[in-house]
Amino acid sequence: MSDPVLRLAGVSKRFPGVLANDNVDFELAKGEIHALLGENGAGKTTLMNVVYGLYKHDEGQIFINGQEVEIHDPNDALAQGIGMVHQHFMLVPVMTVAENLMLGHETTRGPRLGSLSDLDDKKVAEDVKELGEVHGLAVNPGALVQDLSVGAQQRVEIVKALYRGADVLILDEPTAVLTPQEAEELFRVMHSLIAEGKSIIFITHKLKEVLEIADRITVLRDGKVAGTTTPSETSESELAAMMVGRDVILQVEKKPAHPGEPVMKIQDLQVRDQREQMVVRGVSLEVRAGEILGVAGVQGNGQRQLVEAITGLAHVEDGHVFVDGKEITNLKPRAITETGIAHVPEDRHKHGLVLAYPLDENLMLQTYYMPPFSKRTFIQPKAVKENAERLIKEYDVRTPSITTHAGSLSGGNQQKVIVARELSRDIRLLIANQPTRGLDVGSIEYIHRRIVEKRDEGVGVLLVSSELDEILGLADRIAVMFAGEILAVMPASEATKERLGLLMAGVQETPAAD
Amino acid sequence: MDTVFFVGILGLALVKATPIAFGAMSGLMCERSGVINIAIEGMMLMGAMMAFLGSVLFDDLTGGNMPQAASLVVGLLAAMLGAGLIALLHAVLSIHYKVDQIISGTVINLLAIGITNFTANAYIDPNGIAGVGVFPVITIPILSKIPFIGPIFFDHAPLVYLMLIMVALLQYALFKTPWGLRTRAVGEHPRAADTVGINVNRRRYINVTLGGLLAGLGGAFLVLESVGRFQKLMTTGRGFIALAAMIFGKWTSVGALGSAYLFGLSEALGVRLQLGDVNELQALALLIGLGLALLALVFAGLKLLRRGTDKRPTRAIGIVAIAGLALIGAALFINWPPVEIPIQFLGLLPYVVTILVLAGFVGRAIPPAAIGKPYEKA
Repeated sequence: MSDPVLRLAGVSKRFPGVLANDNVDFELAKGEIHALLGENGAGKTTLMNVVYGLYKHDEGQIFINGQEVEIHDPNDALAQGIGMVHQHFMLVPVMTVAENLMLGHETTRGPRLGSLSDLDDKKVAEDVKELGEVHGLAVNPGALVQDLSVGAQQRVEIVKALYRGADVLILDEPTAVLTPQEAEELFRVMHSLIAEGKSIIFITHKLKEVLEIADRITVLRDGKVAGTTTPSETSESELAAMMVGRDVILQVEKKPAHPGEPVMKIQDLQVRDQREQMVVRGVSLEVRAGEILGVAGVQGNGQRQLVEAITGLAHVEDGHVFVDGKEITNLKPRAITETGIAHVPEDRHKHGLVLAYPLDENLMLQTYYMPPFSKRTFIQPKAVKENAERLIKEYDVRTPSITTHAGSLSGGNQQKVIVARELSRDIRLLIANQPTRGLDVGSIEYIHRRIVEKRDEGVGVLLVSSELDEILGLADRIAVMFAGEILAVMPASEATKERLGLLMAGVQETPAAD
Repeated sequence: MDTVFFVGILGLALVKATPIAFGAMSGLMCERSGVINIAIEGMMLMGAMMAFLGSVLFDDLTGGNMPQAASLVVGLLAAMLGAGLIALLHAVLSIHYKVDQIISGTVINLLAIGITNFTANAYIDPNGIAGVGVFPVITIPILSKIPFIGPIFFDHAPLVYLMLIMVALLQYALFKTPWGLRTRAVGEHPRAADTVGINVNRRRYINVTLGGLLAGLGGAFLVLESVGRFQKLMTTGRGFIALAAMIFGKWTSVGALGSAYLFGLSEALGVRLQLGDVNELQALALLIGLGLALLALVFAGLKLLRRGTDKRPTRAIGIVAIAGLALIGAALFINWPPVEIPIQFLGLLPYVVTILVLAGFVGRAIPPAAIGKPYEKA
């Protein structure tokens, strides 16, 4: 057998206080799709950033086609034929596709004036045309990147890597931002590239995808290789156990819902965003007591503004929101909180916590002005301490002390703090927006269980998520949001991944269709 | 009110716009690469003093045997060196030491005031040193004979021509060359630039220093072209007006020239009206009309330049243009009563225009996205 295109031997990478990669061995054969699987923080991206020259490894060796190489910066990696598509796209939004494609090694025309020569967009456009025809990676070289959809931006990133002559392509969580159909399209492109002799490293934490597309799978846990296997030899639950280090329950256990009276009614809600664009266009929904209504949709289709409008953080342009028959439209957030609404916001750093505050203060943010926390304008330290100690124990928050700053906890524990604060109040309605984004499997399991518990206590739950598995696993009824509108509402029993995926891409269902 | 008045004031406006345009290009150079530059004023002041000292000392050391032009050129180089050095200091503070860029800029401004005032008090003033003179006006043959346009654009000192060339060159370089592409990428999304192998911090160092050289030229203009000698604090806020011109010009050099010209026009108007030989109300109306017409032209140009991304409504540009033309018409055909405007007020004009422009007309100017943030290599 010939040498592998890429081989890592004993690679370690240390950050202050953390061993991000611990003696990692990894091999990529020519023409294979090798999945790198692991939880957030397992060291997948760090390892690939070492290969791409963004980090310098502390120990170990990198071999390309059997030759040991030194990779000091991305230029070295590109010269060795390694290209990387980062999870957060490395494209300049205000520039055109052609400009982004050639940035760093520009094509010029006319007199050779070094870095002051004339840029040649047309040549770039011609060069990438073939890529579009052969691999289904069509891009419009003249378009501004900021006007493109996420899927199109991802195509630009892949073309960018290929245009620089990449033979090894590293894709970091490429499906996180795609609809199921777009993901299928991406998989077709990947197969087409493999057929041409390219090799692909596919970083992900989604088990189903790995089994679908990978030739080989390497699992990382806490910076170490937990094992290497192939899809035919393993299963979802086995992979999950390798990732977490113990058996996990992937499917949330829940009994059938017993929905009661409607808790919240939304009528024809309209909301504008900061740029004055109408982003919620006439949404009507009903959440009943004791049920979970899931709102599915690709990120950026107005979900955030919908949640912000309900919770009083954004101005409602038109329409009404009722909770228990009482109108709460455009009330102050505090008044809305006091009607018994709990809110787990999308961005836990910006809107969920005050990162610079200790945990005990974060745990009373919503009701600090009320007894028992405040009496006659003074904060009661004893009540604050008792509350914090009780919640940290009850919700299994791993922290050195109750006065630790929220910013120094891990994402999973931060989210548990928010959930503890919101669910410990006497609530009628829980609004959770992307409650498990970026969390480890263990924390996800825990938070899902808590949400189902609240439902069984008779709380109405509005769950907004762009993770279809989360919606399908938790929700009793499912609404799909696209371009600011609710395209369909269905019982969970009638929902399939394919049906939701089409709706998420904006394909309307005709009423007559089966 | 005749064409001579017009031509005179429009030509003078270009002269007055020159240091502001140099300053604005200096700011542009820094900010497009992601470093805020509020130190243009200090760099210009430093440039002015060094231009004076450079030309005088060279003349002195050579015993006055060299032609005047040689001393002036040495002054020019000294100005670029001086301003370039304190720009380098700004770069070291804000890029290497990651000092807040506003603080660093303020430090540079104060430092420049300190150094130049000290030098003036301790050396220039007590010795009564006079300058070596100014660059002569070069009238470009043929082109200067074009009626109206000729005298406005082609009857100037060499630094004015240099400024016009630099504006065109920088516009081309920023938007049409690899250098510009990389510079803009570093200012918008440094991490993206890093991942394609561009050295973000080296590029910022180079750009900030080059920006210093341009500010130095702006300072040198005041000494070697305008006044002929160095005076304490002689930049009188032009560096900050340049900053406004850069923002108003939406971080493009052609836009910056347009707005610098607007400021130059208001300054020229103040100067011209102090002579007291024209009807001041009429002249004001005329020039405000001209200013509005010019503004409409700049807006329309910018809109053309960035098709699609510029959201300024076409109708608003039309209204500004019509208002401008109407005022010009009114100025020419109405008999205006003579009114005395105090000289002190006329000197205030450029600053009033700056405030109005920044407060009212800028709209939502979008700076480079990564501006003010030191780049942390992960």
